[in-house]
Amino acid sequence: MSTLTKLSAIPYTGPAPTNRQPYVPVEAAVADARALEIAAKINNPAMVHEAGQDLPAFLVERERIIEVLVALKDHADLRFTLPLDLWGVDYPNRDERFDVIYQLYSLKNNERVRLKVRVADGQSVPTSCGVFRAFDWFEREVWDMFGVTFEGHPNMRRILTHDMFQGHALRKDYDPAQRWLLSEKGIARLVPKIDPRFAAEDTDSERVTLNLGPSHPAMHGTLRCVVTLDGETIIGSEQEIGYLHRCFEKMAETHTYQQVIPFTDRLNYCSAVINNVGYCMTVEKLLGLEAPSRAQHVRLMLSEFYRIADHIVCIGTNLVDLGALTNFWYLFQPREEIIALAESCSGARLLPTYLRIGGLAVDVPDDFLANSQRIVNMLPRFIDEVEALIMKNRVFRDRAEGVGIITADDAINFGFTGPCLRATGIPFDVRKASPYLGYETYDWDVPVADGGDTYARFLVRFEEMRQSLRILQQAIDRGLPSGPVIVDNPYVALPPKAKVYNEMESLIYHFKLIMHGIQPPVGEAYFQVEGGNGELGFHVISDGTKNPYRVRVRPPCFPIFAAYGHIIMGQTIPDAIATLGSLNIIAGELDH
Amino acid sequence: MPSQKIESSETIIRRKAGVAPGEGPEKGLITLPGEAVREQDELGGNSYLTTRLETMVNWARGNSLWPLPFGTACCAIEFMSMVSSHYDIARFGAETVRFSPRQADMLIVAGTIVDKLAPVLKKIYEQMPEPKYVVAMGACAASGGFYRAYHVVQGIDEIIPVDIWVPGCPPTPDGLMYAILKLKEKIERGDIQRG
Repeated sequence: MSTLTKLSAIPYTGPAPTNRQPYVPVEAAVADARALEIAAKINNPAMVHEAGQDLPAFLVERERIIEVLVALKDHADLRFTLPLDLWGVDYPNRDERFDVIYQLYSLKNNERVRLKVRVADGQSVPTSCGVFRAFDWFEREVWDMFGVTFEGHPNMRRILTHDMFQGHALRKDYDPAQRWLLSEKGIARLVPKIDPRFAAEDTDSERVTLNLGPSHPAMHGTLRCVVTLDGETIIGSEQEIGYLHRCFEKMAETHTYQQVIPFTDRLNYCSAVINNVGYCMTVEKLLGLEAPSRAQHVRLMLSEFYRIADHIVCIGTNLVDLGALTNFWYLFQPREEIIALAESCSGARLLPTYLRIGGLAVDVPDDFLANSQRIVNMLPRFIDEVEALIMKNRVFRDRAEGVGIITADDAINFGFTGPCLRATGIPFDVRKASPYLGYETYDWDVPVADGGDTYARFLVRFEEMRQSLRILQQAIDRGLPSGPVIVDNPYVALPPKAKVYNEMESLIYHFKLIMHGIQPPVGEAYFQVEGGNGELGFHVISDGTKNPYRVRVRPPCFPIFAAYGHIIMGQTIPDAIATLGSLNIIAGELDH
Repeated sequence: MPSQKIESSETIIRRKAGVAPGEGPEKGLITLPGEAVREQDELGGNSYLTTRLETMVNWARGNSLWPLPFGTACCAIEFMSMVSSHYDIARFGAETVRFSPRQADMLIVAGTIVDKLAPVLKKIYEQMPEPKYVVAMGACAASGGFYRAYHVVQGIDEIIPVDIWVPGCPPTPDGLMYAILKLKEKIERGDIQRG
């Protein structure tokens, strides 16, 4: 009993852990009010409002999901035209075992909506890929991971795992380490479907099916693309992904909240810090915490530095694909400086794992701002020179202009976000639409290009680097706020080592946090940040234990690569290569 | 250097009595300084070296590795850093990156290999001509890393033989460079023999 008395005498005066109580989001009242307005507009009895969520949320009857989606998309006042995500959750103890969750975004009103459909084992959901083409691949992923079938889907086969895989990995009763080996005989042959626009054409040229990847210099990382050519024209293509499916979502369920952070680094490994920010802020939202202002300032600065590094890799490798090696070598010089800055903060280079839930792992070094200023000073020269080298280059212009065009309507329907969407003229940027980390207090613009071609995507990325530099310059001028870099809450953040070695309470907190982890309240939260490729969202469901019940990542690459076949149709192989580089597909994020 | 003579060096140089070919001080790439002077005097030449063919070939192989980056994940980005301007692997003769297995002799497996990709990796390895060397870059290639999961190969030695392992997640470019230099040493010592 004496220990207990001593525990109550500790200096910490914040709230006690509330892991057994339900999570009430701060946005709940606003979301509920808005949900009632939306329900009144749609006026469909199949939609039942689900109260107390962070977004307007509805439970929808399984058979009538299509009419609800169409109504939300087409209603003149709502216009939920951008499909963000479709994913599943498994509750094995429930009669209707699975939740299939749709998330849509309205560019008109800058708001999101979440629809849930409950499905029993063996039941199927009507396919929605006729309404939103983005959902084609998302539905295949739900089938692969949960075994929920989608009635009427044209291509219902596995997407992330291989052909000889058995079972559905994200079901709760699937053993996380159960592997199925693939032999060469077991690989199904991919035959691309011929696009109807070209099917009828009777030409003299022979049709050839060509396999690009997964080990191919232009298939960045491990993508595979099988194309059917009529002469030189691509008339059919089929993409195969999952060659880097590292089971992020299953791994998140078997690790504690803090242990998931290194896994998030490895999603989009070109801009690792942004992934950390997205995940940590989602869990912080669930915990009702906010990181100290010093930590937020550093998070913002490193996010912008890593955004520049991400764009440098994209532009550099894309130009290598087009035959211009110099820019790659040239641009990697300032990129090394950015990576070295992260290394000076955390000790690791490419994937710093610098953030913790509630703040940062350690404080930044003393010369952080001076180093940042040095990099910010040197970058414009590199950006300007590379831009001057290529933008007036006839060869480059011929290979990029008018190549890989996607219209704004198609891009929205395919669920594009980020630079690829902005290259079609839609000024959607999460940092402006729903600011976080204080982006609203900085003076910067969202670059937009029209045309939607490879050239436009280059323009947007170059300008975005300059805008990031603008934000960084303002952040440096404001200086780092003083104070701690992690919240003073022993249920979330480890006490300082000096205290752990000298105080009984701190030692107990340290032990408790290591052994039992962070235990957020029961509930679910979604939070989105602007990643290097677009909206990077994390959806965390907590059941009050130390491991997340479910972590869903909304990878921006996934819907973008789903549109690749549509973009390259009717073009030639060299154009397809140029297009792929400019879409910036990162396999770690694509395959999670 | 008379190339037709080099295969049987003992026909050119008279050995000391009782020393088997390859056992004397001339073992290695070049004869010792004193030895060279003695031979020079005896033979009257002034610009040649003697060695065994195998040593010479291994020396050449070790100094001109052509990497095939089988880059799948984060490690591939660090591989890019290694070949580009700041670190510059060209200083050690391994900058000729080839994406065709038929034109490369060093397979750098940079990144996680998942079960779906395993047959591809095996095929790539089999397509490479002899001699071939494999560098397993990073924790994932070595052991699956922290992905103890349903779709991840727990170390590429399940599939193909490995010569050098590089620790790190991801290894730093200098780490990978060190591994390539170690591989070079190994090749020059003649330690790697595979049929």
